Amino acid sequence: MIRFEPRGHIPPILRLFAPIAAMAAALLLSALPLAAAGAPILRAFWLMAAGAAGSVFAIAETLTRATPLIFTGLAAAIAFRARLFNIGLEGQLYAGALAAVVVGSGLIDGPPALLVPLILAAAALAGALLMLGPALLKMRLGVDEVVTTLLLNFVVLLFVQMMLEGALKDPMGGGWPQSEPILDAGMLPPLVERMRLHAGFLLALLSSLLTHVLMAQTVLGLKIRAVGENPAAARFAGIGVTRVTIVVALISGGLAGLAGASEVAGLKGYLTADLSRGFGYAGIVVAMVAGLQPLAVVPAAIFIAGVFVGADTMSRTIGVSNYIADLIVALALLCVLVGGLFMRFRIRWS
Amino acid sequence: MLEGLFDILLSSSFWAAAIRIATPLMFGVLGALICERAGVLNLGIEGIFTAGAMAGWLAVYLGADLWTGLLAAAATGAAFGLIHALLTVPLGLSQHVTGIGVTLLATSLAYFTYRVYLPNVATPPRITPFQPVAIPGLSDLPFLGPALFQQTPLTYLALALFALAALVLYRTPLGLAIRAVGENPAAVGAQGLSVHGLRIGAVVVGSAVMALGGAFLTMAAFNAFFFEMTNGRGWICIALTVFASWRPGKALLGALLFGAFDAFQLRLQHRLGGVVPGQVFLMLPYLLSIAALIAVSRGADYPKALMVPYFKGQR
Repeated sequence: MIRFEPRGHIPPILRLFAPIAAMAAALLLSALPLAAAGAPILRAFWLMAAGAAGSVFAIAETLTRATPLIFTGLAAAIAFRARLFNIGLEGQLYAGALAAVVVGSGLIDGPPALLVPLILAAAALAGALLMLGPALLKMRLGVDEVVTTLLLNFVVLLFVQMMLEGALKDPMGGGWPQSEPILDAGMLPPLVERMRLHAGFLLALLSSLLTHVLMAQTVLGLKIRAVGENPAAARFAGIGVTRVTIVVALISGGLAGLAGASEVAGLKGYLTADLSRGFGYAGIVVAMVAGLQPLAVVPAAIFIAGVFVGADTMSRTIGVSNYIADLIVALALLCVLVGGLFMRFRIRWS
Repeated sequence: MLEGLFDILLSSSFWAAAIRIATPLMFGVLGALICERAGVLNLGIEGIFTAGAMAGWLAVYLGADLWTGLLAAAATGAAFGLIHALLTVPLGLSQHVTGIGVTLLATSLAYFTYRVYLPNVATPPRITPFQPVAIPGLSDLPFLGPALFQQTPLTYLALALFALAALVLYRTPLGLAIRAVGENPAAVGAQGLSVHGLRIGAVVVGSAVMALGGAFLTMAAFNAFFFEMTNGRGWICIALTVFASWRPGKALLGALLFGAFDAFQLRLQHRLGGVVPGQVFLMLPYLLSIAALIAVSRGADYPKALMVPYFKGQR
């Protein structure tokens, strides 16, 4: 029989070490499918590392890829802290991107100081409103938010496809289902010349800091943590659990919406139905790796982004499918769950 | 334009299509029901569908016969079920997050394996799928014959599994024990039975059944493996399980109703194509699933210990 003894105090070094060990375990486990595919394992890992961080260009690419993951990672972290399992980040990302192109591709004209905030606000609002429904259904009717948010992801993606083939289709797009481009004044400027890294990354960092302050320094943050740790006790203490959960849902959906705006207005310039390569789902992994800590979301997102970018390079060089990245990310989630167990409990056999 | 829609419902070819479309959902909802009746929510279902679809197809593509392929799919599902069960039952990890992790793992492993065998193929190679088998005698019945008794063997297998599951769950001591670990695991533990053993067993068997639903897609419907072919069917099955109040009979009915709805919207799409964008129709199954969840939310009769981990000696 296995027994779990809760640790009274978790040493900080263990908090840091557990997720790192979990990532190492995930990478090690991914050697199995790599070997099964006949890839030279050490060379593959070396190519991945070099592709993710081997040059200034590689690092800029990794940070570019990390940008949406920071937003979706924060969105998942704050929701999970309040025990609201928002798995609809992918849909909220697309809702945000859709709102960004609706507002930013000619509806309103103005200087960047006006247009950029408007685009971001529209995207955050769209993502927030999309999460409002599942949160209300959970709190009012007890409908499991995991299933509703998952199902909504499909609805939103189909809605985006419908818009891109209809009302929002770019007549100059050569027949492709894509939106009209965001006006130049609405674009997030690049940070480094001749590289794709854009101001959305700074916005992501700022969001991480603000989320941290919200969670650690404000009354609302205290209430969110109380609701997550023990909803019954929180209710007893006079905290409006429904109200707090709704606020969390809005913030979480809003952050995911910003991920969409940042991708459209920072990177692509227009919306297509393949804007996100699973950034919504990867955001969940980022949040779990970060231990649901907003500041830790940034390094976690950069690591996961590095896996994706590195796998692309490796795949181009030795021809192994870049689905290995998705595989490593999935293994990372499962390993970090087990790692968290070792962190919180002493495990004894009896 | 809408005249004749009622006639659709009276044609046996419509019901044949409805039952065909319902078949993967029957496997999925039955698998989810078996897991959840034992107290374990298995959100790995979406990935298990994909992995089952892939494993069954691959085995046949590499030269195995169809039934061996089906067995490969079930074994793949059982393996992922075992991962989910080990993490959530003895280790007591969050069933929500672990399930999402299993879905990500199973999906990406399926895609990766597909690319190992077919690195650069754009047109997925086809296999010779299960063919419809007319049941002698019954298939000659008016209306019911062409609708129900001229299906592929997988549809008959799904119906048989439903009967078997209902029999085991409600008429055997094992079934009683499985239902009891979903309601009151401490009582089962006090009887000297292994709560963990029962739960792990139920999740492994349930996941194997789920994988058959995926296998239906590649081995009796599309005859090839496509990326994103599962397309949320797993999540729909989770919603259907709630809708069915965790009862096999209602679950079968729910899957059939859903199949009928889907077949109906396909015909509607055919008639209204060009007027209403196709995506509107494609959204309907997901919206219907959400509507079904809302409809039963007030009276949802959850297994009491669903998502509650059990540790011996703790209350």
